[in-house]
Amino acid sequence: MGMAGWSTVDRVGARTLGLFESVGALASFGARAGIEAFRPPYEPREIARHVYQFGYRSAPLILTAGLAIGVVLSMHTRASLERFGAEAMIPAGLAIALIRETGPLTAGLLVSGRVGAGIGAEIGAMKVTEQIDALEANAVDAFKYLAVTRIIALMIAMPLLTLMMDFAGIFGGYLAEAAVSGMSWSLYFERAFTFITYSDLIPATLKTIVFGYLIAVAASYLGFTTSRGTEGVGEASTRSVVMGSMLIILGDVVLVKIIFFFYPPVSG
Amino acid sequence: MRFDCVSKRFGPLAVLDEVSFEIPTGTAFCLLGRSGTGKSVTLRHIVGLVTPDSGRVFVEERDITALTGRELGEVRKHMGFLFQNAALFDSMSVGENVAFPMRRHTKMTDGEIRERVMTKLTGVGLEASYDKMPGDLSGGMKKRAGLARAMALDPALLLVDEPSAGLDPVTAKEIDDLLVETKRGGTTLVVVTHNIPSARVIGDDFAVLHEGRMLVHGTLQELDASGEPLVQAFMRSQGGG
Repeated sequence: MGMAGWSTVDRVGARTLGLFESVGALASFGARAGIEAFRPPYEPREIARHVYQFGYRSAPLILTAGLAIGVVLSMHTRASLERFGAEAMIPAGLAIALIRETGPLTAGLLVSGRVGAGIGAEIGAMKVTEQIDALEANAVDAFKYLAVTRIIALMIAMPLLTLMMDFAGIFGGYLAEAAVSGMSWSLYFERAFTFITYSDLIPATLKTIVFGYLIAVAASYLGFTTSRGTEGVGEASTRSVVMGSMLIILGDVVLVKIIFFFYPPVSG
Repeated sequence: MRFDCVSKRFGPLAVLDEVSFEIPTGTAFCLLGRSGTGKSVTLRHIVGLVTPDSGRVFVEERDITALTGRELGEVRKHMGFLFQNAALFDSMSVGENVAFPMRRHTKMTDGEIRERVMTKLTGVGLEASYDKMPGDLSGGMKKRAGLARAMALDPALLLVDEPSAGLDPVTAKEIDDLLVETKRGGTTLVVVTHNIPSARVIGDDFAVLHEGRMLVHGTLQELDASGEPLVQAFMRSQGGG
């Protein structure tokens, strides 16, 4: 039924209700995935296949982006710290920025673009070509086989990719610093990790497990609810990136607050 | 297999309206009717992909509308479903598609699975296509590969949605012959089609759906003798697909 002839209040009300309905459906989808993950069959082969697809095959993108971000951050940090004669702090400043926030968030956004779009498009295409029905007709729980395995795989891959991003960034920072000041790798490495503690590295890296969950849940949900043929598949892919990115940015706010609560030293 | 007063609506549209029928084991039941009359929805009810608003669907004497997901899975292992567009898994080769149900539901070794897949593919004339991807197959080959996958576990009940749709007459006849062969092997068939010549070859029992209701149900002779204008028009038609 269209909205023709509806008043503005009716339209706003209908859209608001629609939004709540979608948020509720997404939350219910994510909760179901959480429950199903602990029920057999556990599909280890599918999970391993997806970890390879999402993790190993995203590595070149993550490493390249990490390296570039490290170079750029190093240049900015140098420009700022030079004014105070604190060039010696460049490696530490860069490492803290990367490990605490820039690495996890950038890795999350890149994975949302690369993997989230892929999950949305792949499951969406399976939906419109009846392959999901074919799985069910073959006595396979399609939700578990397609969604839960991808969600678990991305939760495994995400922290590993984040570590790659962090270390690629630190290496990129070293390259930039070495080009300007000729600093050695051993000195750079020592200075970079002077102020880094486990409470910097571990919570910031582990929070990306939640990023992986959010990206994969959003993309799987949009894939499973795809309609309208190839146009719908394209839309599911695009919306997976938008929704995944939005969820990890919003989720990051909450997660940082939680990390600060449990690990006060992180807040400095 | 039995339908007991099954009704289904999609929004305001009544797709099935108190439809009842029973299919004896080992026979071929052909469900005829114009496009959009609920034939495919009927098939989807049998495999549990769609749940009726009211009524019950019995397969192997079990009411599948009342089963849990796990129990439904057990019943589905005894069914095969050939989708109208074959619905092959496009990330797997033809051989892997046929092997899929065996890998999931049997304890066969890789060697045994490969051997059985080759037997199934040979049965549908695709023995040379084991390693091909679904995207490399023609429409008829996809349908035959879909049939091989549907038959992978030698199901007691085979559901077939428009077997000859979009196929040339020669390929359509090959599919018909395969289905007749399958029936002779003791499998119960439920075939949705609007290709009457094809239905005449495959079917033992026939029904015509119209506007969600079962217009007529009987043998070929009973349908040929029906006074219903729509049934007469159907039974006299020579084309299809």
